[in-house]
Amino acid sequence: MRDLAGPEGDGLMKDTINTAAPVIEARNLDLTFDTADGAVHALKDVSLTISKGEFVSFIGPSGCGKTTFLRCIAALETPTAGTLTVNGMTPDEARRKRAYGYVFQAAGLYPWRTIAGNIRLPLEIMGFDRAEQEARVERVLDLVELTGFGKKFPWQLSGGMQQRASIARALAFDADLLLMDEPFGALDEIVRDRLNEELLKLWARTEKTIGFVTHSIPEAVYLSTKIVVMSPRPGRITDVIDSPLPKERPLDIRDSREFIEIAHRVREGLRHGHGDDV
Amino acid sequence: MRNFLPILTVVAAIVVLWYGAAVKLNSAWVYDQATRAGADVPAFSQVVSETMNQDRPVLPTPHQVVAELWKSTVGMAITSKRSLVYHGWITLSATLLGFAIGTGLGVLLAVGIIHNRAMDMSVMPWAIASQTIPILAIAPMIIVVLNSLGLQGLVPKAIISAYLSFFPVVVGMVKGLRSPDQMQLDLLKTYNASSAAAFWKLRVPSSMPYLFASLKVGIAASLVGAIVGELPTGAVAGLGARLLSGSYYGQTVQIWAALFAAAIVAAGMVIVIGMIERGTLKRMGMVR
Repeated sequence: MRDLAGPEGDGLMKDTINTAAPVIEARNLDLTFDTADGAVHALKDVSLTISKGEFVSFIGPSGCGKTTFLRCIAALETPTAGTLTVNGMTPDEARRKRAYGYVFQAAGLYPWRTIAGNIRLPLEIMGFDRAEQEARVERVLDLVELTGFGKKFPWQLSGGMQQRASIARALAFDADLLLMDEPFGALDEIVRDRLNEELLKLWARTEKTIGFVTHSIPEAVYLSTKIVVMSPRPGRITDVIDSPLPKERPLDIRDSREFIEIAHRVREGLRHGHGDDV
Repeated sequence: MRNFLPILTVVAAIVVLWYGAAVKLNSAWVYDQATRAGADVPAFSQVVSETMNQDRPVLPTPHQVVAELWKSTVGMAITSKRSLVYHGWITLSATLLGFAIGTGLGVLLAVGIIHNRAMDMSVMPWAIASQTIPILAIAPMIIVVLNSLGLQGLVPKAIISAYLSFFPVVVGMVKGLRSPDQMQLDLLKTYNASSAAAFWKLRVPSSMPYLFASLKVGIAASLVGAIVGELPTGAVAGLGARLLSGSYYGQTVQIWAALFAAAIVAAGMVIVIGMIERGTLKRMGMVR
């Protein structure tokens, strides 16, 4: 528990010096897909370090490789060159050790299971005993503010609640790393704001490391301690911004001067990335 | 109640058409009889009345078929060789056994196809080829071969029935077991789930709606198989035998009664599967 300090309370835009061991370390990562139309360079020379307790957003237009990078961390894709470690292991070893929880854009709940049953799914697969399963389901339901909804079926819940249930499912087995691939992309802005606020609270309570893919600038700036700006063809990192915003972030922080400055820098980064080939 | 009116309307329309067709088709015999007797050409009203209750009509009227059905089910001991309940049960038992074998085989093949690349490449073309062979051609051979092995009666019919019913189950279950999308499979991969876990927790539940759709087609095919299986053995027992003996002796009313009995049995089985489907999907929370 000694590494929990993280970048918290460091109000400077300079690179923070992290004493913590890196959770994710990518060095010169390359990934090419062979498609019928020839090779697609999905990632090119991507280097990034993510420390414990950070909230890192990946932002960029479609095709910039943000989701691919997240999938590489999850060992759902294999890089063609470079090195990538998760908790000091290869991504596949980390996956086998169940090092991360993954949240997809769609909630993907099983319609034939109740909300509690869906959250129990990873626990059943990982062989937790019955009592432990129940206790964990109750705890994560509470964590995502769905207490009392365990017995409902997914179709009885709104889209936002379903996505919260899918976050609970990813939290249930206590992985220290949470990877989220545009989890709120399909939700309307009001629900999204609310879930962003809740996600920050959840992050503060659980002290997890979070990798978060988004294409919304306000979302990225509001949530992150570190914003990774990416650009397409080939997918690469154009800017890494360490956020000077405090860890405690009410929604109206989005009107502050600092917030607007960071948003501006992200937008500049995105525009710069596009200038190369458009 | 709302559903009954359209159904009754359609039934009434069919009955009217049926009576019309019966008058038209059976009148030839009435005119023939009159000519032979040297009588005058009968009036239309007389023709109509004489087409209603012929012994061997070209097309029996609905009330004749209903009366025959009633007589050979309710009005007769079940043990009688002329009871449709007796014959219906013989066909039904072969159908159910064949359906069980066919469904089991179909599910096993589907599981093999989705887990084994060699089976994926090889089984389906053969399954399709098997269904292109006319069952009427292959049924006598199955009966003869099994008879020489000492198998008679129920089992050969059940095998013919299974031959027809495994196919829709294979097709439906392969589709059903493959219905989970890539995201669902990726999710299980992030849990480092075994393929057994993926099978039981994701693939099997996802395939349920497909399974029931296949079962409904399969049970009807099973019945056809059982009836066809009763034909080459000669008119011994079963609905197929009733159809065959009816055609031997020109007993059209008996043929139609047996046809309706078969239709009623088929409808009953499809309804039962439908009820099991509703119950299962409801328990799985998939019916709102």
